[in-house]
Amino acid sequence: MSAAFVKRIEVQELRLAYGNKEVIHGITFDVYQNEILAVIGPAQSGKSSMLRVLNRTIDFTASAHWSGTVRVDGEDVRRTRDVYALRRKIGMVAPLPVGLPLTIYDNVAFAPRASGLTDEHQLDQLVERCLRQAALWDEVKDRLSSLGTALSGGQQQRLTIARALSHQPEILCLDEFSIAIDPVTTMRIEDVLKELRRDMTILLVTNLTQQARRLSDRTMFMLDGEVVEVDRTPVIFSGSARSQRTRDYVSGVFG
Amino acid sequence: MAIAPTPATGRFARTAHVARKERAETLARGVTAAMAAAMVLPLLLIVGYLVWLAWPSLGPEFILDVPRRGMTDGGIWPAFVGTLYLVGISLFVSTPIGVLAAVYLNEYARDDWFNRVVNLAVINLAGVPSIVHALFGLGAFVYAARFGYSILSASLTLAIMTLPVIIASTREALASVPMAFREACWNVGATRWQTIRAVVLPNSISGILTGVILQVSRAAGETAPVMFTGAVFYKSVERGDLFPYALTDQCMALSMHLYTLATQVPNVKESLPYATAVVLLGSVLLVNATAIGVRVLLRGRKKW
Repeated sequence: MSAAFVKRIEVQELRLAYGNKEVIHGITFDVYQNEILAVIGPAQSGKSSMLRVLNRTIDFTASAHWSGTVRVDGEDVRRTRDVYALRRKIGMVAPLPVGLPLTIYDNVAFAPRASGLTDEHQLDQLVERCLRQAALWDEVKDRLSSLGTALSGGQQQRLTIARALSHQPEILCLDEFSIAIDPVTTMRIEDVLKELRRDMTILLVTNLTQQARRLSDRTMFMLDGEVVEVDRTPVIFSGSARSQRTRDYVSGVFG
Repeated sequence: MAIAPTPATGRFARTAHVARKERAETLARGVTAAMAAAMVLPLLLIVGYLVWLAWPSLGPEFILDVPRRGMTDGGIWPAFVGTLYLVGISLFVSTPIGVLAAVYLNEYARDDWFNRVVNLAVINLAGVPSIVHALFGLGAFVYAARFGYSILSASLTLAIMTLPVIIASTREALASVPMAFREACWNVGATRWQTIRAVVLPNSISGILTGVILQVSRAAGETAPVMFTGAVFYKSVERGDLFPYALTDQCMALSMHLYTLATQVPNVKESLPYATAVVLLGSVLLVNATAIGVRVLLRGRKKW
């Protein structure tokens, strides 16, 4: 973990409701520079919704409303002047692999183009770099113009990661990225993440507690829309977690 | 134990219960298949009957020639071209409006009172009988807007008639594009419009086009809306002239012409109305076949 403890994301008293149903009940946590923060917890505990507040794609859900403060690099996301720049700063990888129905090249070039990059040469370089970073380049370099949706599930998930890297984010959020892919691909992507952590801050939402244990510096346990506890990963998994519920969850008593 | 045929009392024996189930199964399959066949039969009968009676008049000459001897002989060119005009102009007007309206409703609108009002309007408009559209067109375009009895008035009336269905079918096509695609685009900082252009429209275009093309047959077939607003019994036109009408002219139309031949003109050559019907039906089937072709072609390129 970086010694500097620079806060990249600060969440304070975040409450989120869909209609009348509150799903996040006032959570507070920070994400530090260059760490991997794993967020574990059973389904319906508000992990994915929390991510959608960070880059404000929650705006697209009409029934959602939230309170509290979320800062990314000190800037209040609610007051940000350029929400599109905020979204580019945060790379998002969804649970299910989503190859857009475009060519492999266009899948990765979509975001840079949407933000105004038109130079073909720069795009070529960027696409290659992102595909390399996502450990997909060697498999697709000869067929960049075939459809992204024609790739296998595991390849599509790496394509999704390449796309999330294509807008050169500083923070990468992965939402249960291994839910629909095989263990071998999962390990490959975990290796990718270990590479990326050197110049990125990573928020890893996962159902697999062992994945959190393998990868993360700190682990946050969420349950029913609350943060039960956040601590260094070895502490959470060593059986010396403060909360009985955390100890039960990581040891498989429930979840 | 020696290998022996399973006795009738064994675990896999064919009991009375099984026999009953199988009889019911056979019956269900037979009845549903018969009903499916009964769908096809009337179409074949109609087409066969029409072509049989129309045969003496059918041919390219029938389409290209103008009506002769007080409409009791000759061809249908003025009506054929008139229908092309009416259908073409009406869809030229209703397609962009309908598609863009559907894009708004499906991609931008929130579930608020405005959206509900528009939805209600769309559903109700789709259920309005064509004769009522005809009266509306007469009042709105012929008189109020002072377009007179003209191709313009008739086309706009048809456009209003086809609009709600185009909106509904376009919305359906848009809604069939998975939400995950949109979310993926939003996540990388694309606006709604960038998302619509790059991903949503290209992947719903086959459904949108199919919906629009199906409205061709509806616009071509309706009689009342054009009869009240711009179609006439007879209009003198050069044989084979592709551009015989101006927007402000009245015109002939196939549907109206068929009605005229069948009910208004004495001593018509017997095959004439049937041949007109065959041309109308044939054009519609041709357009529908095109729709299917387009659909297959675009689905071949379907991307997920």
